[in-house]
Amino acid sequence: MRLTTRRTRLAAVALAAITAVGGLSACGNDDDEPAAGEKPAKLVVDTFGEMGYDELVKQYEKETGIKVELRKTAQLGEYRPKLVRYLATGKGAADVTALEEGILNEFKANPRNWADLNPLVADHSTEYLPWKWELGKAPDGRLIGLPTDVGSLAVCYRKDLFQAAGLPTERDQVSALWPDWNGFHEAGKKYKQGSGGKAFIDSITAVSNGVLFQQGSDLFYDKENNIIADTSPAVKAAWDTATSMVDISAKASTWSPEWSGGFKQGTFAATFCPSWMLGIVADNSGAANKGKWDVAAVPGGGGNWGGSWLAVPEQSKYQKEAAKLAEFLTNATSQVEAFKAKGPLPTNLEALKNEAFLSYTNEYFSNAPTGKIFGESVSKIQPVHLGPKHQAVKENALEPALRAFENGQADKGKAWEQFTKDAKTQGAF
Amino acid sequence: MSLSATTAPPSPAAPPPPDVTSRHRRRYLLNRLDLKYSPYLYIAPFFLIFGAFGLYPMVRTAWMSLHDWDMIGDHSFIGFDNYTRLLSDEYFWNALVNTFGIFALSTIPQLLFALFLANLLNRTFLRAKTFFRMAIFVPNVVSVAAVAIVFGMLFQREFGLFNWLLGFVGVEAVDWDGNTWSSWTAIASMVNWRWTGYNTLILLAGMQAIPKDLYEAAAIDGASQWRQFWQITLPMLKPTFIFVVILSTIGGMQLFTEPLLFGNGNIIGGNQREFQTLAMYMYEMGIVNLNTAGYGAAVAWAIFMIIVLVSLFNFLLVRRSAK
Repeated sequence: MRLTTRRTRLAAVALAAITAVGGLSACGNDDDEPAAGEKPAKLVVDTFGEMGYDELVKQYEKETGIKVELRKTAQLGEYRPKLVRYLATGKGAADVTALEEGILNEFKANPRNWADLNPLVADHSTEYLPWKWELGKAPDGRLIGLPTDVGSLAVCYRKDLFQAAGLPTERDQVSALWPDWNGFHEAGKKYKQGSGGKAFIDSITAVSNGVLFQQGSDLFYDKENNIIADTSPAVKAAWDTATSMVDISAKASTWSPEWSGGFKQGTFAATFCPSWMLGIVADNSGAANKGKWDVAAVPGGGGNWGGSWLAVPEQSKYQKEAAKLAEFLTNATSQVEAFKAKGPLPTNLEALKNEAFLSYTNEYFSNAPTGKIFGESVSKIQPVHLGPKHQAVKENALEPALRAFENGQADKGKAWEQFTKDAKTQGAF
Repeated sequence: MSLSATTAPPSPAAPPPPDVTSRHRRRYLLNRLDLKYSPYLYIAPFFLIFGAFGLYPMVRTAWMSLHDWDMIGDHSFIGFDNYTRLLSDEYFWNALVNTFGIFALSTIPQLLFALFLANLLNRTFLRAKTFFRMAIFVPNVVSVAAVAIVFGMLFQREFGLFNWLLGFVGVEAVDWDGNTWSSWTAIASMVNWRWTGYNTLILLAGMQAIPKDLYEAAAIDGASQWRQFWQITLPMLKPTFIFVVILSTIGGMQLFTEPLLFGNGNIIGGNQREFQTLAMYMYEMGIVNLNTAGYGAAVAWAIFMIIVLVSLFNFLLVRRSAK
């Protein structure tokens, strides 16, 4: 008996030792790395949301014999931390990586993480919207991103609610109501009167977002990337327009439960829609409201919210091949295909003139010719300069201050103070 | 039959080996080695894992906190600058106040209520005891994200259940995430809902370990239920109570998911940072802002120090008051 116990114990010790050693050696193992310049067996593409690449990737596999793995992440919020991890550890990044407008700038701040595409692809500088192409360049002149899509703005509005309040419902007449933001405010007031005091738009932050990107040139940062939030005319314009509309706002900030619920409840009658937002509006409103929404032009013309680029991380072992794949995914034909598949708006000038693109209509939105509406809006987008912490300043300084004012937590002066103070400290330690 | 590969004793059929003393010595040696070192091997897996996932990150975080660190770029040594900056950082103090505010609103009522429930469940007259004991633990099994999302809906301004109920008694709708006190209350209620049952069970286990004859003796002496609770249950529960308090403290200081989801995932926690906790501030500085990772690491160490201090304080307080 005693012997058995002892033996069992010894065996357990041996087992523990083996496990420990095995665990350690597993940590020490490294993948065998292929020599640089070799033709890859497989390329990996990282995207978020729906970029419409499924079919295109299959086509590329057939044409080149290179296997392509498409890794999709549903939300940008999950995508960004992963990407940060890949870059921080120097491991795991895909060969082709999608970068959204909001996060592009902070990743551009360390351009050495990205391969310079200039020597790897042909010169496409004249084939895309010029401002979009420029944004793909890092401060040191490297070309780090090829343009994919753009989030040009329109207004989504509820025809039934407009009618009940005595406003026109036909989309051209609706667009004619608001050639500028004043007109939009007037329409909102009329709606409020006609509907017995109901709110017109979802929130004033949505307004500021729309106005901000129409101003062109510098927003929160000057060309040398100094923060100029307190003096920038573009920011002031967005601030003034947004704060003036507090009387017609439902105070439901974008993505909040009040906001998502508001679509079904009809808490607001209009909201600002980049093309990628159409699907979200449809989902939030539900099948019961199909055909009640329509799409009109945005006040002031143009405007942009979102949009992406394809970049190749420096850590990719097949930069040349990866660049070629990115080049393929962003060319005119591919952009039209992607739009037809999932709706991201093209940035390639040729794709924007494409018949299939221009004649596209959206069934949920009363068959609105969204291709034409968004296509026209695209050409009016003003080129802007976005600084390194643009997204953080917008989301963690400007919008909270606007919401504090909107909810009556701070008066206009206090809210402005809060904004300028927070803008200065965003990542500025 | 013999199976061991390590000692390889002779088969029983074979005659005993000639050199008995050397065999004995060998066995003695192995025995000693076994007794002396095998315990270390048994606990080695824990220490290996702790080293990799506990100790190393802590040391690394301390190292990072002494740098101006860009997560995906360069870093340079700056000594204790991050810590000096921390002391004059308004938003750090704001987060600290929020954390303690929510902590007080959640831990104190929670532990009192848990004590009450545990005492109730400990009564002999209660029927379907097991059912109640299981049921009270259910909230803790629910994923924290689900809890936060559901409570977020209940506390909505426009269509929320609580505002609807308040409407019945003529109270104006509350903008729950727009005020400090209301947001703290909402978040504390999530924590309370989730952890009261857990603490109840631990306290109940502590109560059941109290010898029954103490109560019997007290009853014979004519002590009331209340007096029994006060003079027997509470003093005997002291060690369990310290444990529960320290656990709640650690949880309370690290509060993250509930306030984050309550604010629709915005890391600054409210338009004016009304409910940004320390853990959220650490995440904002260390993870969200890529180029302030060093400062975020300093916040992380500050949280660690605060937890140690508060736990120590709790420990002393509970020990003294129970004496």
